[in-house]
Amino acid sequence: MVAGLSRGDRQVALAISILIALCGLALAAVGRGDPIGTHGFIILLYALGVSFFVIAGYYAPEPDISRLLRYYDDPTKVGIVLAMAWAVFGLTFGVWVAALLAWPDLTFDAGWASFGRIRPVHTTSVIFGFGGNALIATSFHVLQRTSRARLPEQISPWFVLLGYNLFCIIAVSGYFIGVTQSKEYAEPEWYADIFLVVVWVVYFLIYIRTLQRRKEPHIYVANWYYMAFILVVAVLHIVNNLAVPVSFGHAKSYSLFSGVQDAMTQWWYGHNAVAFFLTAGFLGMMYYYLPKRAGRPIFSYRLSIISFWGITFMYMWAGSHHLHYTALPQWVQTLGMTFSIVLLVPSWASAGNALATLNGAWHKVRDDATLRFMMVAAVFYGLSTFEGSFMAIRAVNSLSHYTDWTVGHVHAGALGWVAMISFGSIYALVPWMWKRERMYSSKLIEWHFWLALAGTVVYVFAMWNSGIIQGLMWRTYNESGTLAYSFVDSLVAMHPYYIARTFGGLLFLIGAILGSYNIWMTIRQPGTALASQGEADEPHLAPQPALQAGE
Amino acid sequence: MELGKRDPVTGRTTTGHEWNGIEELDSPVPRVVLFFLAVTILFSIGYWVLMPAWPLGWTYTKGVLGIDQREIVTREVADAATARAGWTDRVATLDYAAIEADPALMQSVRETGRTLFVDNCAACHGVDAKGGPGFPDLKAKSWLWGGTPEAIAETIRVGINSTHGDTRVSQMMAFGKEGILDREQVTNVVAYVRSLSGTATGAPLDADRVKAGQEVFAANCVACHGEAGKGNAELGAPDLTDQAWIYGGDAQSIYSTVYGGRQGHMPHWGERLSPIDTKILALYVHSLEGEAK
Repeated sequence: MVAGLSRGDRQVALAISILIALCGLALAAVGRGDPIGTHGFIILLYALGVSFFVIAGYYAPEPDISRLLRYYDDPTKVGIVLAMAWAVFGLTFGVWVAALLAWPDLTFDAGWASFGRIRPVHTTSVIFGFGGNALIATSFHVLQRTSRARLPEQISPWFVLLGYNLFCIIAVSGYFIGVTQSKEYAEPEWYADIFLVVVWVVYFLIYIRTLQRRKEPHIYVANWYYMAFILVVAVLHIVNNLAVPVSFGHAKSYSLFSGVQDAMTQWWYGHNAVAFFLTAGFLGMMYYYLPKRAGRPIFSYRLSIISFWGITFMYMWAGSHHLHYTALPQWVQTLGMTFSIVLLVPSWASAGNALATLNGAWHKVRDDATLRFMMVAAVFYGLSTFEGSFMAIRAVNSLSHYTDWTVGHVHAGALGWVAMISFGSIYALVPWMWKRERMYSSKLIEWHFWLALAGTVVYVFAMWNSGIIQGLMWRTYNESGTLAYSFVDSLVAMHPYYIARTFGGLLFLIGAILGSYNIWMTIRQPGTALASQGEADEPHLAPQPALQAGE
Repeated sequence: MELGKRDPVTGRTTTGHEWNGIEELDSPVPRVVLFFLAVTILFSIGYWVLMPAWPLGWTYTKGVLGIDQREIVTREVADAATARAGWTDRVATLDYAAIEADPALMQSVRETGRTLFVDNCAACHGVDAKGGPGFPDLKAKSWLWGGTPEAIAETIRVGINSTHGDTRVSQMMAFGKEGILDREQVTNVVAYVRSLSGTATGAPLDADRVKAGQEVFAANCVACHGEAGKGNAELGAPDLTDQAWIYGGDAQSIYSTVYGGRQGHMPHWGERLSPIDTKILALYVHSLEGEAK
């Protein structure tokens, strides 16, 4: 990979790595005795590792200038491998934390293994580690193909990919040692947050600069979604993480917001993270890989437009449905609820657009597990957006809130939609990227598909049952006018469902392990010269001056 | 790139654009989408008219139904209290003996008491109230601070070694650690204590040790546990002659207790539970005594 960089690029890469290593060293020095010092050492080691890697390839011959006429796919390849590694790690912790709810002794008396710590390890690893890497990897691929333009230069994509993974490592290692802002899905502390802002701005600039240089008159739908994902996540991340650190040598910080304002900011962030990270980004993925794999045109361009603007506009209002019947003023709840209901229409329009695109290709869905992954993802996207709008209705929410129903809903989206569309896209992408005729084993993809589907269904059904029973137990009064069940009674009733949920998660994890093995074996297979499989690795244009050499 | 190519499957034309092989059809937005968009938006507008909805600077639109969630919950809580007043008023006014003599009233007390107990007390005393290592068994009829409902209510209110001003205070001194007794004396008094409850199993107790232990006991322990070892509810000193052991009744556990001392802790609940809930809970706990062991 270093061999593909020009001498000048190698020097810049080395300079950035050493600069980050020095930042790590400085943090380690000022943060002695504080978790931030440990993080300083982690940053130092990580950056030194990258710089050694660059040094090892530093004297490789200068790469051929003709590489600049082709798309730049090395960051995508590394991103795919990282995504699968995070998937296995995060899902393993998911199974563990699920088992912990059924058998609380599974912490083995270790502080780092308590529920409050390994639960964010699970969520961060799967959402940001797996989902984020899958988004970055596919976005670079889609961006170049649909713009017919190479990425603007070779250093910034690496900075985004490796910087983003450093952020994930700081986040996850922080939970083990007790560092958290206690904001759901925004747990990392101020220094990690600031670093992510830098990474994210660079990511945004890559997108803008590539689009600027596109050879297509129009910007493809997938890029609208990827752009919305990058832009809005930046806004959400910055606003929700506004905080004042205790000092530059301490990990701890205090949020700028308090009380109900803090809650509202957090759930404005939280729900839009679902919207723009877990929905918009993955819709971008779907809009490229699904029609590509099916060999079908998108069902309706107009529907794409309505859905895109509907989703981006409506989601912004919906966050307050997380705070029904709380200290939040009721008018804010009303707005959150009504916009959530309208939101169902563009959501289903997107899912419908995807499924209608498959008209004329259903025989492929039957035969090809990769396409089937994407089809089922679209179905789960439709199911979980319906469920979400339903649960946003105040009367429904009074039953579902704080119960496992919410957990089931999230996993219908996360396993059924996000993970399935990612697996489908990655299975389509891997042979293209590594120039293989096909995946190592299509049988393993079948196995992965059925394990993932079975795992998701078991999980979601267990949580529906558990959540509704829980909600009903919490609101049942006896004849004396007292709550009929104690909280412990509801836990006892949950136990069998917690075991079922763990089993469902385990099936899903096994599927992901099979998938990782399959991808690894595909990469190790010998390549074939012919196989770019209808996926161009260069823009079909005569070389133009706009394609500047190694900026 | 053909402009407006016709798709053979659907018969629709494309928009004429193409991105790396991906095309888009020019299908109109299905009517059903527009229909549901209209329905959901109309529903929302209707809901905004009826309910509190839009901010207006310092205030907001109140909605024609005049619904306010705070008023609703306040009213519902008041209604629920009224509905319960039929029996809770009697619990509040009658004394413990009178309540316990009324089976119908006790039925409500026990139903409510169980939920209160499991939500507040079970974390230490167990769902079945049988305690665990370090936490007393409430069904054992072996009360540290007295087993009348009045005494139980007071213990719930102020706690034991708690932060409450009127807390019940009790401590078993660390006779070994503080050097008051040597190891031999501790071993002897453990043997004597075990002989009191007749719980000793395994190897029979050494009669000499028991005798020597009795002297140690008379010199050091009777002030709190009484000459017969029956304990003292005024001081929270446990009865050593029964079968109930908070920290274990085997030789090793009793040795640890005598050597290192004990200072159990129970939080005070007076600020968390209302007086009537405390009363219900005390009656419930007292009623557990009557259950078959």
